[in-house]
Amino acid sequence: MRARNTIVGAAFALLTSGMAHSALAQDIKIGEINSYSLLPAFTEPYRKGWQLAVEEVNAAGGINGKKLVVVSKDDGGKPADAQTAANELVSSEGVAMLAGTFLSNIGLAVSDFANQKKVFFLAAEPLTDAITWSKGNKYTFRLRPSNYMQAAMLVEAAAKLPAKRWATIAPNYEYGQSAVAVFKKLMSEKRPDIQWVDEQWPPQGKIDAGPVVQAVAAANPEAILNVTFGADLVKLVREGNTRGLFKGREVVSFLTGEPEYLDPLKDETPEGWIVTGYPWYSIKTPEHDAFLKAYQAKYNDYPRLGSIVGYQTIKSAAAILAKAGSTDPEKLIAAAEGLSMGSPFGEITFRKIDHQSTLGAFVGKTALKDGKGVMVDSSYKKGADYLPSDAEIEKLRPKD
Amino acid sequence: MAFYVVQFLTGLASAASLFLVASGLSIIFGVTRIVNFAHGAFYMIGAYVAFTLTERLSGAFGFWGSIVLAALAVALIGVIVEMVLLRRIYHAPELFQLLATFGLTLMVEDLVVLIWGPDDLVGRRAPGFKGAIDFFGQNIPSYDLFLIVLGPVVLGILWLLFQRTRWGVLVRAATQDRDMVAALGVNQKWLFTSVFAVGVFLAALGGALQIPRDAVHHAMDLRIIVEVFVVVVIGGLGSIVGAFVAAVLVSELNAFGILIFPKISIILVFLVMAVVLIVRPWGLFGKPEAAARKTPGLTVNPWRPLTSNERLASLAALAIAATLPLFAGNYALTVGSEIAIFVIFAVSLHFLMSVGGLASFGHAAYFGLGAYGIAFLAKMAGLPMIVCLLLGPLLGCLGAAVFGFFAVQLSGVYFAMLTLAFAQIVWSIAFQWVNVTGGDNGILGLWPSSWAASPSHFYWLALGVAALVTIALRAMVFSPFGYALRATRDSVLRSEAIGINAKRIQWTAFVIAGTTAGIGGALFAYLKGSVFPDNLGISLSVDALVMVLLGGVETVSGAVIGAIVYKALNIWLVSQTDLSKLVLGGFIMLIVVVFPKGIVGMLEMLAQRRRKSSPPGSPLLAKPIESAE
Repeated sequence: MRARNTIVGAAFALLTSGMAHSALAQDIKIGEINSYSLLPAFTEPYRKGWQLAVEEVNAAGGINGKKLVVVSKDDGGKPADAQTAANELVSSEGVAMLAGTFLSNIGLAVSDFANQKKVFFLAAEPLTDAITWSKGNKYTFRLRPSNYMQAAMLVEAAAKLPAKRWATIAPNYEYGQSAVAVFKKLMSEKRPDIQWVDEQWPPQGKIDAGPVVQAVAAANPEAILNVTFGADLVKLVREGNTRGLFKGREVVSFLTGEPEYLDPLKDETPEGWIVTGYPWYSIKTPEHDAFLKAYQAKYNDYPRLGSIVGYQTIKSAAAILAKAGSTDPEKLIAAAEGLSMGSPFGEITFRKIDHQSTLGAFVGKTALKDGKGVMVDSSYKKGADYLPSDAEIEKLRPKD
Repeated sequence: MAFYVVQFLTGLASAASLFLVASGLSIIFGVTRIVNFAHGAFYMIGAYVAFTLTERLSGAFGFWGSIVLAALAVALIGVIVEMVLLRRIYHAPELFQLLATFGLTLMVEDLVVLIWGPDDLVGRRAPGFKGAIDFFGQNIPSYDLFLIVLGPVVLGILWLLFQRTRWGVLVRAATQDRDMVAALGVNQKWLFTSVFAVGVFLAALGGALQIPRDAVHHAMDLRIIVEVFVVVVIGGLGSIVGAFVAAVLVSELNAFGILIFPKISIILVFLVMAVVLIVRPWGLFGKPEAAARKTPGLTVNPWRPLTSNERLASLAALAIAATLPLFAGNYALTVGSEIAIFVIFAVSLHFLMSVGGLASFGHAAYFGLGAYGIAFLAKMAGLPMIVCLLLGPLLGCLGAAVFGFFAVQLSGVYFAMLTLAFAQIVWSIAFQWVNVTGGDNGILGLWPSSWAASPSHFYWLALGVAALVTIALRAMVFSPFGYALRATRDSVLRSEAIGINAKRIQWTAFVIAGTTAGIGGALFAYLKGSVFPDNLGISLSVDALVMVLLGGVETVSGAVIGAIVYKALNIWLVSQTDLSKLVLGGFIMLIVVVFPKGIVGMLEMLAQRRRKSSPPGSPLLAKPIESAE
């Protein structure tokens, strides 16, 4: 009796699992990868963002009537693990496309995987210019404004400063190096009179802030470019404040206006830095209001930039899938190229020429309000206005 | 001039923070011989607890009280860890405790995010030390001055503790010769617990004192742990004064180094350590390690080649593994290939560690060099895959030949740390030399040729190479060379007395292990289609150590099982849960307690016991080794 029961049970289990499987086959799956365990400060709001997007997409009828499902994996901050995850998503989960990633080297690893396996990949966060230009490939698209675009936005404001002696502080890895290189190049084009008097390259995550601040101060610059973020930024700001590094000096800083990096500084927020970021409290557009309301209603928390990136990644993916009406990668590429859609920051377009979206960023100044850091005088810079000419991109990007 | 004085003082302040943590590690290692990987975790918990307390308790007393309270609370956690976990495994093979503390570190990294949330936390400034003092137009933060004073004060207190109290005398005696201390009737249990508590207290104090100048976050431990190890080794293990001098040396070299080479911080400590260890093999203030008195546990359970039944069983297991492509999908096959590659990597380290007695903390260097060898050959020279696979590992071989030559001049932890220094130097070259290596963006597009491109073919390739490598290394263990190598491991003096050139034998073993790791790296490059500096990094070296220890360091081929279990579990957990570190860490700690000889080591012991219990075995072998200690 017992044995028979087991057999019946097993058969039933097989049957139901088969049914469950066939039910799932109706869904459209997106495979999502990010550094959840390594960078929770960014990826938690990011996850909330894309979860909200999935909810909205399905509430509005899904993708041409099919339910959208996101299968999410952690890469632990390692390119090799990201590829294992990508492989699992593509081979076992049968996802229609890959999306996500934060770190540039992981973005590149997944992009190379996508190119090899002929899978559509929408890179959410990695900022490296290489992913759309020097190492670009036809399967990879990228949402966030690149290093180049953010540098160009900052240069526009920085070039108006009277300062002629500049120093740079940047984390010693690809992101920091290319941010400084692009900023220097664009800046020197606009202002040939500028001198670069010092550069500091603390290791990412391991800044010994005291000596770095002293060394920069010793070069006596009139203005400073900062590329550090996260815990490094906190240390730099604290040492800089105590030692008076920022007094009487202009500071231009990548990403510092993003709530992820600005909020921890609390009452130590330095005032008057020119930064890129996301002042969610002062954006007054209908698109953003709708997003903000939905986000706050669902999570009872304010959004970070990561929330926007996560939200828009899935929204973009859904728009591409809906337009393609298929999960065939070639059709997805055809659908994505030149596709325009709404976003909390206004309309964006995925460019055909380099697969970069025209999502922009806010540039403004840091200020202290009620013991908290905020961005003031901010204005939205459209991504499309800060990209090099098509002829230049043709030269940068390998032919497919 | 004022600038240089201020820069010097800034360096001293950095040195003070480093010293606090390093001194604790040094004391713990000196007495208990535990390579306490969790020291950084205690530092981090210290900072988190201090953050919470300083936010709750107000006023000057509240702040300073919180700092001390936090350090005491974490010391209490340390006591619990020591009593519950470490006490059970003091008799395990050398370095096994590393595994336990590694598991603990993994768990803590996830736990602090669960408890304190993912955001970076910025604590209060210290009351009375908020501003800066003007020194001829240069600002010195008053908190820096406080730290500069605190460093020598702690050094002084520790010195008094060690020189003027009975406890200190016992600690010093145990540092020099703990077996003798035990023989003289000192209660080692409480000595070890108290030493561990003091060490953890110092780590937590170091962490707590960071909150006025740092952000508290979940990666603080990794940021400091390696650096602290380096400082301890430069100073000489067990030497508090050495740790202080080394901390000052490293911090000052960094403070002034960045004025000339702004990119030097990334590698400076490792360069200093490599130079110091080559010139002074026991660190600045260290003494040569006394020759190990006890013979390794191997003598009880002598190694032997597999019996013909065991051979058949292994072949059968291999044959079953080879049928995987018949029923498994592409993902399972790719994971299988990855596991096979890590078997190669783990087996190569195991050869060096178990047979040669040389535990390398930087074995990933040769794995990564093999991978970069492929990248250079395939991308720059455009050679076909077969040629690349044959030539690529030679880069690992070359690296092992050069670094091995210097490394085998040392032994024990100093050997381990020198290999770590070399690995970090190679890593930073790969990281910095952007024009050739692509920096941290790596080299992409290294996919296998069509004959190996399908997951099943690549799996068979990886499995076949892994089997060949394992068999070859096993054969070597039981060859005359293997016996000579084991002789140098068990007693350098005796082996040299019978005419074995120990250094040359060890060097050869190092090159063999490095080349083998390079073969693994070469396959890995093709599996992933890309190479990153990660492939040379510390975390990969630690992974290899964990696999070997998990399998059982005293076994002939335990690393095979260790690699399969660890890698499969790791991939599965990362895929299933965001708290993979918490679960994996817990699992490792469980294994450590249940299988203190590693998985294979424990199975062998059980088999041994059963064999002996039925017919009365040889009386010489019957006594378990524990009683000898």
